[in-house]
Amino acid sequence: MIYLLILFPLVMAGVMFAVPSNRWRPWLLPVGALGHLALVAAAIYRPGNGTALAGLDGWLLLDALGKVVLGFLTVLFFLCSLYAPGYLALRADRPNRVLCANLFAALSMMTLVTLSHHLGLMWVAMEATTLVSAPSIYFNHNARSLEATWKYLLIGSVGIALALLGTFFLAYASVKSVLESTLLLDQLIDVAPQLSPPWLHAAFVLLFIGYGTKMGLAPMHTWKPDAYGEAPGIVGTLLAGGVTSCAFLAILRIYQICIAGAEADFAREIMIFMGLLSMAVAAVFMARQRDFKRMLAYSSVEHMGILVLGVGIGGLAVYGALLHLINNGLTKGVLFLSAGNIHRAYGSKLTDNVCGAIHRVPISGAMFLAGFLAITGSPPFGPFVSEFTIVSAAIGSGQFLAGGLFLLLLGVVFIGMGATVLAVVQGDPPARTTDKGYHDTIATCAPVLFFMALVLLLGLYVPPPLESLLREATLLIEVKR
Amino acid sequence: MTQILDPLMIIALALNFVTLGVSRIRGVINAVALQGILLGILPLFVHPEIGVRGVLLVLVTICLKGIVIPRFLFHAMREVNIQHEVRPVVSYMSSILLGAVGTGLAMVFSYTLPLAEEHTNLLLVPASLSTVWTGFLMLTTRQKAIMQVLGYLLLENGIFLFSLLLLKAMPLLVEIGVLLDLFTAVFVMGIIIHHISREFASISTEHLTELKE
Repeated sequence: MIYLLILFPLVMAGVMFAVPSNRWRPWLLPVGALGHLALVAAAIYRPGNGTALAGLDGWLLLDALGKVVLGFLTVLFFLCSLYAPGYLALRADRPNRVLCANLFAALSMMTLVTLSHHLGLMWVAMEATTLVSAPSIYFNHNARSLEATWKYLLIGSVGIALALLGTFFLAYASVKSVLESTLLLDQLIDVAPQLSPPWLHAAFVLLFIGYGTKMGLAPMHTWKPDAYGEAPGIVGTLLAGGVTSCAFLAILRIYQICIAGAEADFAREIMIFMGLLSMAVAAVFMARQRDFKRMLAYSSVEHMGILVLGVGIGGLAVYGALLHLINNGLTKGVLFLSAGNIHRAYGSKLTDNVCGAIHRVPISGAMFLAGFLAITGSPPFGPFVSEFTIVSAAIGSGQFLAGGLFLLLLGVVFIGMGATVLAVVQGDPPARTTDKGYHDTIATCAPVLFFMALVLLLGLYVPPPLESLLREATLLIEVKR
Repeated sequence: MTQILDPLMIIALALNFVTLGVSRIRGVINAVALQGILLGILPLFVHPEIGVRGVLLVLVTICLKGIVIPRFLFHAMREVNIQHEVRPVVSYMSSILLGAVGTGLAMVFSYTLPLAEEHTNLLLVPASLSTVWTGFLMLTTRQKAIMQVLGYLLLENGIFLFSLLLLKAMPLLVEIGVLLDLFTAVFVMGIIIHHISREFASISTEHLTELKE
């Protein structure tokens, strides 16, 4: 079963590569995604079976944290795959064989990250997601996307190489303490109190920088605006929602070891600082941003900051951060896909040329505006709930500085992002830009509406099964006092 | 063990300087390949007792780092028909000086590291840190895409040196996985270099400056 979760998307990637028809290939995406969704649902619920799903002598194990990320990933991928046929039909001029195959390969590798309980294996899977998603960024085959792909590949690979060094440092922390050296997460957690603290610190810093580069935390975020700006909306959604969440999970795994080794305070200080820094950098670059797809990338930098900040604050905020992982990813789906539609309708992604989207593409324009309100934490949408949880946890535990800065930066981001979004949505469509032949259709708008519906649902009501799963996952990364 | 190991480490360190000082890209590829082969045979000296597993790792490492990747890079160079000079942003002399400073600091720093008893007198850790430093130096001071790939390879070589301290901890599967990822990374980078040269008629990354704030 656990192997099937990884192998099924990999087989689908092969099938995609083999299908000759450029026209029919995208229709297999939703089919494969539905299959993965069903497999994951079966793996998470497993009625009448109390033991955890495991494989390869404990290298693979589906625990509560893994369930949260994997369950979210498969929903995200499924909704994106619904968007693919409509979008790729518009881009019939471009061959989509590599894109479709790589989407499935990336899904397989992301699944492997969520299941890995061996830090070496997790690293291999994480690096593999970088490699298989790089060609998708180059989908448009022009100079700009080439530049974006090169930066993504090089910065991502170097960052993740540092994570490998950190992984080795972690293994060395046990050698130094004359223990049996291991990279199995559960064994490391067991021996964590005896690990050599200097090596554990160094390992955490390197792993945080390495996987933080993949998450796109400032100041390692420089690849992000380029990659998200040039990649198709569907790839942007999967990068901003999927790959970054996997990197966040990798950081949480290391944090688990730090907690067990009574080094959580060290890690939390770093996370609070880096979280606030990411939010601040994003806020600066979002102000007066003319390219609305790059703006979304900075929004992603901001929300990655919120995730690590939430874990750094601790207590109830950890629950908030895990909920925010889901909320942010789903809202990014609304934003990236509707931004992609607007991009199609105007043939430009600069606010100089794009205005009055609400008139030219009413549904996409409205969803872009609603997505903006949701992502900046306006009620009644999901991100409001998770961000509010984080703030109240910060205030409740007496961390007024972190909580206050968090609120301040959210306000700055709201203003900066609002200026760009309103410029895109409002006004009259410019007469000089010709009609590019794109109009809102069911195929390109329904998935956006589905994303929006989920974001709204999570804002009004967190379903009890999800709630209990999140609580269970929170227990794994809670500091025991 | 150290009698054989230390001279090998010194050769590996010397190769770092070769990569910084040689003016032909071909020379740099050869130096990195040689360092890869050297790294490949090291496990036999560090852990003579690891048996079949170790031999397999040695073979795969030498094959990939010493033969396949360099051949692929030579192929990429022929394919894109580029100029053969490195043309660094920082002059060769300054690069070597920076490399020397980094190596010196790595030596000093390694003495202050809380290493395990049996590792304190090995050159392995300073060599590892110094190679990582050289990799970063090359990534930042060379503009040609192929040189940046070589910088990435040096960085990986440095990390590989550190991993020799814990060969027993790393399962073979993971080691092979790491090598496979490395190869795929270089392969994908090679393809992108091909596209860069077609798009800009050059592989210098100085053309990649359109995306910025």
